[in-house]
Amino acid sequence: MTYIKSKFAHPNLPKNKLGYTRKEYEGSLTTLCAGCGHDSIGAAIVEACWEMSIEPHKVAKLSGIGCSSKTPAYFLNNSHGFNSVHGRMPSVATGANLANKDLIYLGVSGDGDSASIGMGQFVHVIRRNLNMTYIVMNNGCYGLTKGQDSATADAGSKSKAGSVNMFEGIDLCGLAIELGATFVAQSFSGDKHQLVPLIQAAISHPGFALINVLSPCVTFNNNVGSTKSYDYVREHVEATGTLDYVPPMTEITTTYTDDETKMVEMHDGSWLRLHKLSQTWNPDDKISAINALQHSHVKNEILTGLLYMNNESKELHSLLNTTDIPLNKLNESVLCPGVEILEKINSEFR
Amino acid sequence: MSLNIKVNDFVVRFANVNGTGSASANHMFAKSIFRMGIPVTPKNIFPSNIQGLPTWYDVRISEKGYLGRKEGVDLMVCMNPQSMQKDIATVSAGGYFLYDSTKVLHSDYIRKDITYIGIPITDICNKEYSDPRQRQLFKNIIYVGALSTLLDIEFGVLEALVSEQFKGKEKLIAPNINALQLGVKYVQEHYSYPLNIRVERRDLLKDKILLNGNKAAGIGAVYGGATVASWYPITPSTSLVEGYEKYAEKYRVDKETGKKNFAIVQAEDELAALGMAIGANWNGARSFTATSGPGLSLMNEFLGLAYFSEIPVVLVDVQRSGPSTGMPTRTQQSDLLMAAYASHGDTKHVFLIPSTPAECFEMMADTFDLAEELQTPVMLLTDLDLGMNDHISEPLKWNPERQYKRGKVLTAEQLDKLDRFGRYLDSDNDGIPYRTIPGTHPSKGSFFTRGSSHDEYAVYSEDSPTYVRIMDRLLKKFETAKSLVPKPHLYQKENKNKSGLLFFGTTTQSAEEAMDLFKEQGIEFDAIQIKAFPFNETVAEFIEAHETVFVIEQNRDAQMRTLLVNELEVDPKKLKKVLNFDGTPITADFIMNQILTQLPKSYLKNKEAVAV
Repeated sequence: MTYIKSKFAHPNLPKNKLGYTRKEYEGSLTTLCAGCGHDSIGAAIVEACWEMSIEPHKVAKLSGIGCSSKTPAYFLNNSHGFNSVHGRMPSVATGANLANKDLIYLGVSGDGDSASIGMGQFVHVIRRNLNMTYIVMNNGCYGLTKGQDSATADAGSKSKAGSVNMFEGIDLCGLAIELGATFVAQSFSGDKHQLVPLIQAAISHPGFALINVLSPCVTFNNNVGSTKSYDYVREHVEATGTLDYVPPMTEITTTYTDDETKMVEMHDGSWLRLHKLSQTWNPDDKISAINALQHSHVKNEILTGLLYMNNESKELHSLLNTTDIPLNKLNESVLCPGVEILEKINSEFR
Repeated sequence: MSLNIKVNDFVVRFANVNGTGSASANHMFAKSIFRMGIPVTPKNIFPSNIQGLPTWYDVRISEKGYLGRKEGVDLMVCMNPQSMQKDIATVSAGGYFLYDSTKVLHSDYIRKDITYIGIPITDICNKEYSDPRQRQLFKNIIYVGALSTLLDIEFGVLEALVSEQFKGKEKLIAPNINALQLGVKYVQEHYSYPLNIRVERRDLLKDKILLNGNKAAGIGAVYGGATVASWYPITPSTSLVEGYEKYAEKYRVDKETGKKNFAIVQAEDELAALGMAIGANWNGARSFTATSGPGLSLMNEFLGLAYFSEIPVVLVDVQRSGPSTGMPTRTQQSDLLMAAYASHGDTKHVFLIPSTPAECFEMMADTFDLAEELQTPVMLLTDLDLGMNDHISEPLKWNPERQYKRGKVLTAEQLDKLDRFGRYLDSDNDGIPYRTIPGTHPSKGSFFTRGSSHDEYAVYSEDSPTYVRIMDRLLKKFETAKSLVPKPHLYQKENKNKSGLLFFGTTTQSAEEAMDLFKEQGIEFDAIQIKAFPFNETVAEFIEAHETVFVIEQNRDAQMRTLLVNELEVDPKKLKKVLNFDGTPITADFIMNQILTQLPKSYLKNKEAVAV
């Protein structure tokens, strides 16, 4: 294994609209275990941002504590990063977003971070519909402390040491829909074709977007009997449909007339081309999304793809009616009411 | 019965049932005395309860301008049968007891050394009003009317206050004035007036104002440029954020668009409240949270993060009685040690301690400058007494030339000139590095903020020398802070006495009064009022210059004394404890008694000491 990241780049590497190659979107060398699902998700984030021609310095990447929360160091080196404290990334992201509505907020968390220590903040950031993409790298265990079950481990799932988890696993997607999340998707770190457009759609979504990504832990939770191993997940994945992301300004040439395919326009001018596989599920219908999830649980399937989306929701800034100029750009002339008004205030107290 | 007439120097206590609307009537009483130009200090002594439990409201009137609490009640206005027996016992000999005489007083309640003033308030209300709510609310107004005659308060002042209070609800003005007159009439018909305690108009207040510290700090946050406030409700800090909101809604809304130049989020808990404030400051917006002791306990984790990753943030702790839930509606100065060293590992934090509403305003604005200049959490430590009670104060002042001090923030142009940006490099040798705000430059200035150990370029590092370098630099920054925080106030140009008094925050008013009273007895002290932590050199010099220093504070464990010993390495024997921690604001009498029991006899020898 090398500890030096090569700076060499082929001169003919493809460039995006900003003239950047994928190199400009990469991060430092990963220190996660070889084969960790989290690194595949990082690569999908790089791919998604490069394809969308996002300016890297206009992204704020935030995380909590754990293996997942280390990953922001391994993608988007030209973005500001914030590795906060365990389970508290949502509050830091909320403050950051309130300060500057113009950046893209990308939160990365794990199952320990979101479903246990940070459950309170996870729940409330959804309630507030903060405009951010929230990716959970979900492996059902605590990697950094050597493999204890997490709250998303399924009841009956077997650990590497052979013990069986007694407790019900928390379904973050079902919970998020219940709480009013406006974009909920589930994916698998091994399925880049599905994951990349989901990340792009989540970034385009004007509100809180959750992607719960099953991301097997190769070291502690990849054994027979685990429901979060590569083999198990591959065998049990069932997609709601396929999703393609069509960037803004792209000419839409094909019109789809069949019931299973739908074009959804996003607020930033991009389009989602959605091809349904299930007849009973409809992505803008909350009840059908919850039904689809519950059916998949009964059948021991892992439902992936877009689960639910509501593009008409109001995100936090619009709920709070804050000014169009980012708050961090305002200066004394706007913020300080001045001496004359202070005299008026003083007279209220006489 | 004493024939001494006390003009503008007595204490009135109101005993009420919580939730009966008495607080606003009592406030009107206090304000009428303020409007007559006489120094007055109201203190609400209330239970942690919405309705039903006993509550008291003390109003001290002092021509000399002493604004601390004073023991001894000259006039008790008792409207609460639950607490009546205890309330009668509280009245000073020669004092007065005003009560609702609709029911006859039990003979056990009769003291020979006080004067009883019975007014059948319930009867009067029942005759006058049919609506049960009016019957209750106007009881309070009737006793205010009665007091105006008994104490010689100008009726016109009360009329004006009623008109202002019900501006926009003019229909309510006449019935309230009528209720005041019912009280006046009853006293005129049944008692001789005014009493031996009474007020006389003065012009002692000039341009002073009467408001509470929380509101003043809320206005300070508006003036100081705070754009994001995140908070979790907790007594006694809630009204601070409400104050910020009220004035932001008034002066921070864009006239054309109706959109707000601020954002307030009620968080899910105190952890999230501070997390949001940190996130906003990290992203370049001035942001704060306000809390009390239990909230500060929860915020320890995030304070450590902000300290180590060097993110500015402002936190107000309106202290109350601990530990744990303690006495949530009673005052204390008992979070000093936690504030100074909050969070695990080696940390040291900056805090300011205001003693008046004007200082709450000014220091609140200062905390934003300091936090950004020092890139660290800065706390404002007030307390329930200052935060929730009205105090007479100098008017709020703002220098029209004042610019916000945003600290060392690099612009895109400055970044262009740099070969390599190092977030934690000590380029200026003052311990304070340069920071960048996300989104500033396409390829320079981005870095990874983390609570884990890092090198000068914000890269993760477990290298011991690197870790030690960063931790030592943080200490250097703390040294720099000593010259930036507000200086202490010295009461003398040069030290003249062997003993000194050291105090801070709401202890100041009673300590000043104690000094005056001592002086009348020929006992003199030098004195210093501390306004910030870390202590600057003046504090060390003051202690050095005296044989004994009395450290006056409102907690059990002498927390300020511990900080002085720990930070300045002074001999603990020099520092004598004066500790009030019963939840009520400290009084001058208490301070004097505690000092006299500890003062060396030699100190009293040459003076004509009189026991207090």
